[in-house]
Amino acid sequence: MQLINPRMVQELLDKLQEQDLYIHLEMTTGAYASHEDESKFTASTFIKNGMVRYMHGSIAGFGPYRVGLKMEQGWIYAQGLTHIEETETERLIMAGHDSEGKLVVALQLSKEPF
Amino acid sequence: MENHILMVFPHPDDESFGASGTLAKRIHEGAKVTYACLTLGEMARNMGKPLMANRITLPELRRRELAESARSIGIQDVRLMGLHDKTIEFEDQNMLDDMLRDLIDEVKPSLIITFYPGYSVHPDHDATGAAVIRTVSAMPKEQRPVVNCVAFSKGCEKILGKPDVLVDVRDFLPNKYGSIRAHSSQFRWKDMLGSYSENDEQIKSRFSTERFWTYHFE
Repeated sequence: MQLINPRMVQELLDKLQEQDLYIHLEMTTGAYASHEDESKFTASTFIKNGMVRYMHGSIAGFGPYRVGLKMEQGWIYAQGLTHIEETETERLIMAGHDSEGKLVVALQLSKEPF
Repeated sequence: MENHILMVFPHPDDESFGASGTLAKRIHEGAKVTYACLTLGEMARNMGKPLMANRITLPELRRRELAESARSIGIQDVRLMGLHDKTIEFEDQNMLDDMLRDLIDEVKPSLIITFYPGYSVHPDHDATGAAVIRTVSAMPKEQRPVVNCVAFSKGCEKILGKPDVLVDVRDFLPNKYGSIRAHSSQFRWKDMLGSYSENDEQIKSRFSTERFWTYHFE
């Protein structure tokens, strides 16, 4: 993974639009958040291999970045994205890592299931 | 002496802090250990610093880390059960129980090590322990192996009492440290040690006792 180059993300988002795709979308505070610090709240969510199709998608911000995907009937949104797997040319593999390197958010799109 | 121990935990690395020294000790005494690891911990948010993996590559990395941890402890038999991280509590209970029953029938353990359901913080831990307890409860009394549980929720001692099984693992700290170090995507061992080294007495005494609660079925 390397820090996001927004132009690279935009090219992939354009390439993947108007196709049936598998999505992995996730956000987590970590399963031990409130165990380690009672003032924190433990919450997380993920969808793995949901099927989606978007009409157009774009990346915004100056890092960390936001991505919005407009679908015929709604939106997919992720904020806090910092990293991309730069070796992937057919899939979009993005994540947001905090200052300790821990994953907080992930957004992945692929023609094949994850 | 235990002749065969079955350890059932949901994530690679669950063995390291709570049980690795005990296992190394029992293996040294002649026991055989089967480690059934239910998932690959593929939803972990630790990926090393600097990053060693991404969501795609993490499962394979954690599989290798688990193999290295098992080598360090001396575990002879590791079973990857193929379930998905974070989902144990939502799995079909009959499927889970059948899977565990098959393992127990095959391995015929005299002792099972797992998490104490309700006192183990992570939902996967609690659900794994609950499945073990359900499965063993359903066995005829005289055939049940002893079940030793790891528990670490806040205040668990107030409810469960003191752990009744304390294992001195001082002579097996190299194995335990090796297990912790093996999971380098998950544990930053150097940061945990701070200004100490593995051989400093403070660290040794902190890691020298492993604690278990024997589960009482009746």
